[in-house]
Amino acid sequence: MEQALTWKDKAWWAKYWDSLKFAFYCMTHPLDGFWDLTHEKRGTMAAANTILIVTLIVRIMKLRFTSFIFITVYWEELNIFLYLASVLFPLALWVVGNWALTTLFDGKGRLGQVYMATCYGLLPYPVVQLPLMLLSNGVTVDEREFYTVISALSLIYAGILIIAAMGQIHEFSGAKNLLFTIASLFAMLVMVFLLLLFFSMITEGVSYIVSLVREMLFRM
Amino acid sequence: MRGTALATAGLILSLSLITVSGTTSHAAMHEHGYTYRYDYWEDVQDSPDVFAVTASYTSADLALDLKMKNPQGLYAHGDNLYICDTGNNRIIELVRDETKQLSVTRIISSFRGGNGVNTFVEPTDIAISDAGNVFIADQGNARVLKLTADLDYIMEYGKPDDSALDQGIVFQPYKIAVDTAERVYCVARGINKGLCKYEADGSFSGFVGALPATYNLWDYLWKKVASQEQLARMNSFVPTEYDNLYMDYEGFIYAVTGNVKEEDLENGQVTAVRKLNLIGNDILVRNGDYDNYGDLYMGDGGGHQGPSLFSDVTVFDNDTYVCLDRNRGRAFGYDDQGRLMFAFGGNGNEDGYFNWAIGIDHIGTDLFILDQQTATLTAFSLTEFGQLVFRAIEEFDHGDYSASGATWEEVMRLNGNYDLAYIGIGRSLLRQERYREAMDYFEIKYDDENYSKAFKQYRKEWVEEHIVWIVVVILALFLIPLGIGRYRKIRHDIATADIFLIDQ
Repeated sequence: MEQALTWKDKAWWAKYWDSLKFAFYCMTHPLDGFWDLTHEKRGTMAAANTILIVTLIVRIMKLRFTSFIFITVYWEELNIFLYLASVLFPLALWVVGNWALTTLFDGKGRLGQVYMATCYGLLPYPVVQLPLMLLSNGVTVDEREFYTVISALSLIYAGILIIAAMGQIHEFSGAKNLLFTIASLFAMLVMVFLLLLFFSMITEGVSYIVSLVREMLFRM
Repeated sequence: MRGTALATAGLILSLSLITVSGTTSHAAMHEHGYTYRYDYWEDVQDSPDVFAVTASYTSADLALDLKMKNPQGLYAHGDNLYICDTGNNRIIELVRDETKQLSVTRIISSFRGGNGVNTFVEPTDIAISDAGNVFIADQGNARVLKLTADLDYIMEYGKPDDSALDQGIVFQPYKIAVDTAERVYCVARGINKGLCKYEADGSFSGFVGALPATYNLWDYLWKKVASQEQLARMNSFVPTEYDNLYMDYEGFIYAVTGNVKEEDLENGQVTAVRKLNLIGNDILVRNGDYDNYGDLYMGDGGGHQGPSLFSDVTVFDNDTYVCLDRNRGRAFGYDDQGRLMFAFGGNGNEDGYFNWAIGIDHIGTDLFILDQQTATLTAFSLTEFGQLVFRAIEEFDHGDYSASGATWEEVMRLNGNYDLAYIGIGRSLLRQERYREAMDYFEIKYDDENYSKAFKQYRKEWVEEHIVWIVVVILALFLIPLGIGRYRKIRHDIATADIFLIDQ
């Protein structure tokens, strides 16, 4: 039995570094790369977390360092946690929704693997947006289109990678994969609806109890 | 462009965020002072007064025998000011003396000559040509009169002779403007085809500058399926009418309309103020952060709701113009770039507040506003702050850029929240070719167009200065990897060369 490595081992770092480099291979060879990611155990959770954290950092840095031609921020109303939630919340919904659906239809990927593959698929975002952020300070309004097109491409690229990744880890055919991508999006909507329902129920319930207690206090 | 940072969040996120955080309160409408403007974020920024009340004139103050009733027109020509006392069928001519006091010089209630009635019925506007001829919109008599300065009849203009016009309607000339060649432009009630244009010989020569018809997609689709009765009850898609017009010193017509709806203004389907050239095209410069339609916050309050409804406009000789909002009794000043300079006023009975502001005009830099309901004329003069702002704009227009920059600095000292001062300093620095400094000023106030102009020059200069280093770096990027490859190859060739292998 192979003993589980911890971050204190040198081999763990070697593996981590290798899996991080492997993300770039996945970026350029999505089908082959994402197959090996889980089936050959080339990916690690640590690398997936790293990519996600770098994505979040880049997303925040963009607010401050992108030229004001492209992004102007009303700092008085910016909530950094809500802003991070704009990545984390859809990501969580996607991972849970995708896993919950595919696991019912012969999907081979486990919850952790869906998360790992999705994070690996996010790589184009920091890789493209970070240089783009610096570049944005060197352009004028007339050259605005370069930025917007490249920025949009990075998002599309990441989207394609995530879809390809899902197909590989679940061992789905192309058509089935697309179907489940759309189904996962619907699952996300359903979850949002349920969450809304849940929260409003809670609010109602709490206010009911509050008013009940208040009524009792008045009568005592 | 604005808010793109947060726009990516999408539907799912926005729904979830509402759940998590409750509705985020947007910059709430807060109380503001008499004079204010909106900044880049469309937040209200209080400002020192630009115009201050110097006097207000009621009928008693002007020593009129008959109280003004329902006055609807105000016109300034030279040192004379004309009030159309519509309800009393007369026009009051005032003159401003050296001490800036107004006094009545004559009361125009009839004219000599003509074939028919020689009095007015509900006159609503007056205009005077360079030649001194007097033009009067005699609304109740369905005619525009042309009289000599001594009120002798010359000619009159009647209903436009146009086949496209419904011949059943009564001609109601409401507002008029006259150009240097004595062509008459007329806003008539019930005619939405634009301004009626008459040549100097009195012939009707067509409509100019019609406002486009507005409709939204939903209305359009609904009309496709609605029954005849429903259609009859719905508004038809017709162009809106103008409410007033003003001929500026260059002969361009500024025309305003108060027939506007909030959603049309916000999605840019309707323009509340337009600058028309000779063929009726809108050439108004709109470089501001938001469109020129008065108040951006249209909340209910004091019995008033909805957008600003412009009833009149006047244009100063430095191309800044002031639009009058009859809804909330405010005046909105815009500069030649279409940026809001100031907004002041409000509803009320104090000096400087209005009940139903109907007319605005100016003599020099003094502003006069006529209130229809209280029949009061209010005179305003520039404050110290206002004088500085005007001076800075004029100095820039005259090409005196460094002086303009210095004046804007003074403006900024009086009001550090005045965006136009920053942009003004930036523009003057830009003209002085101090690009790096200009960029900073533009960036503070998010003026991306001007920033890009400065940055483009700065970038050019930078590249020209550092061209040697740029070439060196680019060459290095090519040559160093090439050199390393070459070096390795030679090492490899030596290591594998036959002559060294003989000994082994």
